[in-house]
Amino acid sequence: MSSLSTQMAAVTRRDLERERRTGEVLWITIPFGAIALILVPMAVGADVPLLRQIGPGLYWVVVMLFGVLIAVRRTSMETPAQRDLLALLGIDPAAVFGGRAMASGLMLLVFELIVGAVAVLFYDIDLSGWPWLLLVLPLAAAGLAALGTIAGSIATNATVGPALIPLIVAPLAVPLLLAASEIVEGLRTDTGILRWLLLMVIVDLVLCIAGVVTARPLQETQ
Amino acid sequence: MGATTILRDVDVSVAPGEAVGLFGANGAGKTTLLRILATLLTPSAGDGTILGAPVTGSARYDVRPQISLIGHVPALYPELTLRENLQFAARIGGQTDQRVDEVLATVGLADAADRRGAACSYGMQRRAEFARELMRAPRLLLLDEPHTALDAAAVELVGHITAGVVKRGGAVVVVSHDRTRVAPMVDRTLEIAGGTVQ
Repeated sequence: MSSLSTQMAAVTRRDLERERRTGEVLWITIPFGAIALILVPMAVGADVPLLRQIGPGLYWVVVMLFGVLIAVRRTSMETPAQRDLLALLGIDPAAVFGGRAMASGLMLLVFELIVGAVAVLFYDIDLSGWPWLLLVLPLAAAGLAALGTIAGSIATNATVGPALIPLIVAPLAVPLLLAASEIVEGLRTDTGILRWLLLMVIVDLVLCIAGVVTARPLQETQ
Repeated sequence: MGATTILRDVDVSVAPGEAVGLFGANGAGKTTLLRILATLLTPSAGDGTILGAPVTGSARYDVRPQISLIGHVPALYPELTLRENLQFAARIGGQTDQRVDEVLATVGLADAADRRGAACSYGMQRRAEFARELMRAPRLLLLDEPHTALDAAAVELVGHITAGVVKRGGAVVVVSHDRTRVAPMVDRTLEIAGGTVQ
C-alpha cells in the first residue's frame, strides 16, 4: 500500500483532473460568482463611495457561498459505487478528506483570484497592503475547502442527508468570513490584523482536525 | 420508520481456493450479503470473519485492499479515461503505469485506454473494472451479476479472472441469476431465499 501522502496526492490529482475535464468550477461557478458581484452595482447604481464600502464584505460573502458549494459538490457528486471503490482500495479516509480538501482549496483559490479581480474592477476596492492577501486568500480557501468537504461527506450520509448543510456551513464559516473582512478593513485603515489572521489559522486547524477525525465515521455511515 | 430484516440466520463459509455461486430471486438479500462479505455493511447481529478479520471490528478496514467487489454499477469516474481510472487505483496500490497498460491489454481495452469512461459502453466499463481487479489481485473476489452486458469473449474473461483468484488460493463469490454461465465457474452453489441461505 502507498503512503498517506501518496494517497492524498492521488485523490487531489483525480479531483483536479475531473474538474479539468468538466470545467464545472471554471465555466459555471466562477461566472455565477462574478455575476453575483456585478449585479449589486447595477442595483445600487454608480454610488462609488458606497460600492467601495460594501465591496470587500460582498466579495467575502460571495466567496463563502460559492466556495463552500465547490467543495460540497466535489464530495457529494461521488456515486455509491465510487465510494465503495475508495473504501476497498484501502485509502485512508483521512487521505480522502485531505486530498479532496486540497483539490477544492486550489479550485477555490482560482475562484477567489478571478472573482477578486471582478470585485476590484466594479467596487474600486482599496488594495492597500495587498501582499497580506497572499496569505489571507489561501487561508480562506483552505478553511472553506475543509468545511465544504466535511459538509459534502455529511450530505452523502443516507441518514442525515443534505438538509443539514446550511446549518453546518453557516455558523462555521462566519469566523472565516469575519476575519477575512476585518483583515481587508484593517489593511485599509492601517489597524492591527494579526489577531484576525490568528483566528483564521485557528479555524483552519480546527476544521482540518475535525475533517480528519470524522473522515472514518462519515465514510462508514454512507 | 421500522427496520427491515433482509438477512437472518445466515451461515456461510467460503474456503480459500474455492468459488461459490449464490443464487436467489430479486430482493432475496444476495447483494446485501455480498456487501457484508465486502465489509462495506456491518451486520446488525451475529459475527463472522472475512480474511481473518471480524466483520464487526475495525480490523476489517485492514483487509479491504484484499477484497474486490464488482457490482451492478461500474465504479469508474466517467470524466477520466480508462487508463486514468486504473492509474488512480494503481497509485493507491503501489503499482506501476506499465502494469495498468498490461491489464488493459489483457482485457482487450488497449485501443480504448484513452477513451473517457463516459464514452465507453457498459460492457467496456465492466471490462475496465475487471482489468482493475486483475491488477489488484484480490484474495476475495465478489461479483454481482458479472455477466450482464458482456459479450462472449468478456464472459470467458470473467471465467479466466475467477479461475486465477482460485488458483492463487483466493476465494470467489458470484451472485447471479444466470445459472448456466455461473455453474461452470464455481465449485458449489448456494440458494438464498427469504433472507436465509439454504
